[in-house]
Amino acid sequence: MAESNPYLGRAQRFVGALRQCQVLGMKVTEATAEGLTIELPYNESHVGNPTTGVIHGGVLTTLMDTASGTMVINSLPEFELCPTLDLRVDYVRAAEPHESIFAFAEAYRVSRNVVFTRCTVHQGDLDSPVANCVAAFMRIGAHMTPPDFKALVVGDDAFSESNKYKG
Amino acid sequence: MTTFEEILKQCHETRKYRPVVDAIPYAGLIGLDYQRFGHDVIFKLPDNPDNIGNPILPAVHGGVVGGFMEMSAAIHLLMMLDTPAMPKIVDFSLDYLRPVRGGRDTFAECQVIRQGSRVANVIINAWQTKREEAVATARAHFLLAR
Repeated sequence: MAESNPYLGRAQRFVGALRQCQVLGMKVTEATAEGLTIELPYNESHVGNPTTGVIHGGVLTTLMDTASGTMVINSLPEFELCPTLDLRVDYVRAAEPHESIFAFAEAYRVSRNVVFTRCTVHQGDLDSPVANCVAAFMRIGAHMTPPDFKALVVGDDAFSESNKYKG
Repeated sequence: MTTFEEILKQCHETRKYRPVVDAIPYAGLIGLDYQRFGHDVIFKLPDNPDNIGNPILPAVHGGVVGGFMEMSAAIHLLMMLDTPAMPKIVDFSLDYLRPVRGGRDTFAECQVIRQGSRVANVIINAWQTKREEAVATARAHFLLAR
């Protein structure tokens, strides 16, 4: 039986398969055809500045790379593993320690070869960002994706029917 | 308890920065290590299953590669400029050039391109087996503590 929200199931299974994301403690909280949000609770092991308790930029980079990459999967007609070509991050303010951070990602252009994403990290108010990120992902083709990984992420949902090509 | 600034001050005096790296939780989480060769420093991200993203390839998570390069640049600045606190990252631009394979160590070296009174521009190159075959290259701006 197909899931009621295939985007959420797919996103959760994909993020669940990435070891580092589990080590950090990421949770996909919402996903639609237009965007998705991943929550990362505060953890002392994420701290990059022991004086302030502020989490390290690398944790934000991993969160944004994950959110953007997961959004790429949800924006394509068929499951494709797309390597990150590049990402550019602005750290606009330090994250408040002891509070969760959230990454909201969108894929604003899906072309034949490249998917372009933007992602904002915030702590509850999207208009008051901690960091912004734009990234590009290369489409290497569905045939290049290992079938067992595809099976792991796609599950039993109706991927191609639920996910119309937006390119 | 010794504060991070006190640890940093002592390290600036001894020129040995191991205690600084040990005091940063995220450096410990990803396993960041470094070695000095005279004036040069090479940073190391040892092979660690916890750093894996794509489990099939397997590949190190791109975000960890970015975090490793960012952290390397910050520590490089601490070592080279004797700053009294952690430099704060302003922006970061990262190009992935080759798959960063699991089961291998990753290395990085940094170069300070421009150091002003408040901001430093640093480029970071990362590789696995051959230095001339970079797996990722990055550029970052940091606000310097004064």
